[in-house]
Amino acid sequence: MRVLDRELPLVETAAAWLLALLWVAPLLYAFWAAFHPAAMATHFDLTGPLTLDNFRKAWTYAPFPRHFLNTVILVTMILAAQLVLCTLAGFAFARFDFTGRDVAFGLVLVQLMVMPEVLIVENYKTMAKLGLVDTILGVGLPYMASAFGIFLMRQTFKTIPRELEEAARVEGCSMLGVLWRVYVPLARPTYLAYALVSVSYHWNNFLWPLIITNSVNTRPLTVGLAIFGAPESGVDWAVISAGTLMAVSPLLVAFLLFQRQFMQSFMQAGIK
Amino acid sequence: MRNVYGWLLLTPAAILLVGFTHYPAFATLFDSFFSTGTVVRPTRFVGLANYAALGDDPIFWQVLRNNLYFAAATIPTSIAIALLMAIWVNDRLPARALVRMSYFTPTILPMVAVANLWLFFYTPQIGLLDKFTALFGVASHNWLGDPSTVMGCLALMTVWKEAGFFMIFYLAALQSLSPELEEAAKVEGASRWYYFRRVTFPLLMPTTLFVLVNATINSFKLVDHLFILTKGGPDNASNLLLYYIYQVAFSFFDTAYASALTVVLLALLAGLAIVQFQLVEKRVHYR
Repeated sequence: MRVLDRELPLVETAAAWLLALLWVAPLLYAFWAAFHPAAMATHFDLTGPLTLDNFRKAWTYAPFPRHFLNTVILVTMILAAQLVLCTLAGFAFARFDFTGRDVAFGLVLVQLMVMPEVLIVENYKTMAKLGLVDTILGVGLPYMASAFGIFLMRQTFKTIPRELEEAARVEGCSMLGVLWRVYVPLARPTYLAYALVSVSYHWNNFLWPLIITNSVNTRPLTVGLAIFGAPESGVDWAVISAGTLMAVSPLLVAFLLFQRQFMQSFMQAGIK
Repeated sequence: MRNVYGWLLLTPAAILLVGFTHYPAFATLFDSFFSTGTVVRPTRFVGLANYAALGDDPIFWQVLRNNLYFAAATIPTSIAIALLMAIWVNDRLPARALVRMSYFTPTILPMVAVANLWLFFYTPQIGLLDKFTALFGVASHNWLGDPSTVMGCLALMTVWKEAGFFMIFYLAALQSLSPELEEAAKVEGASRWYYFRRVTFPLLMPTTLFVLVNATINSFKLVDHLFILTKGGPDNASNLLLYYIYQVAFSFFDTAYASALTVVLLALLAGLAIVQFQLVEKRVHYR
């Protein structure tokens, strides 16, 4: 916090609080509904009995455990692949003066605008040819080479003084040894920021997973949640609230614990 | 040697990027000049026929109009609210961290979950919105089922979801402003509103432009909520371009026409990319 901060006028303070309350109200309401019997979802009674029934029902009505597992596998797989691929490519762009580098970098940046979810029709055809429709790998593959990740790693590696690299070389480090022992450790904050953005994005991603999966064993949480929450499914509101809260809780808890890092990482991702 | 190493390091990422970004972009353009093949009638070259069909397709024009309406309804509102939020939490107020967190929380929720929560607010009779309007004696209304209110409902939800995200950019920009400016204004006896209007807001213009472009791009990409809330209905009143592409390709199985629609979307995004690139070139945004 800066020392120079001004005190906010009283009226505006009240307005800021009111807006904050308004902003969390939908979530608080979902909590209220999820922890009370279904009949109470539509009328407030502060003395109403608390219950975990809705969570129990949600857990069994839909294959939530399987969706959770699929999402965890998916985000882990994507992140692991992204870290490796973006590190290698970012290193190439930052430290090697190869022919066609600038053109190649421009082509990489194209993906910032044309993300895989815009090209659903062709990417589905590609996955069909590769036999990857309805596999978790098929959900993750289009995202593994991330232009944002490559860009971020390139920028970070560029700030690392070359003297460090030369010192390591004198010690007899190979090129990959230099990358692993000098560049990667120094880029740790960037990796953390990138990991937060990547995990949040893919935990929440919906359109592409919806298209490419069609069975319980591959569908991630968001897709499971959409099927579960559909009005046709006939599940009552309290149970939907409970299911929705379960699906978002890991990310929500992580955010509550690491607010500052989250906001900083999201900002970096936005600015690019 | 540098050449070999450079390309070797780049290859794994390059294969995936070409395979899932560049190749499909070109394949989309290519396919848009052909008809959709069936068992009895194989794919054949049709020239610009898909684009001609697009011009005659009232739903295409409607989804474009909807996209514009959606952008116009959500973006200025989100930006105004984001700016207000940023100015508030940039100053000292009790429980500042909590307030800031409240504003930002919707950003980390998946759009599908948000839609699930908001669906209930808009449900006729038992939904919160109907209960609220009933207090004023207004009759029950099918908010999402009425073409005249559905877009407003979706816009409101999107503003709630996005304002906190834009807030963090304003917050960063505000913190980079020199405190001397404010002291000088105070010495001159400028009011808070005057200072905002004549100093803060113009200085934040780069951020506003940046957020504006990003928000516009988002408005074309974000369609997840339609799957839960309206499925583009009633009668396409809330349909958006990307959702229409999904319907044409995966419900009507007309992939050639979907390709033509995708080309339009790509062209729109490319246009926005050029605008964004020029903003960066002019270094209008702090780095």
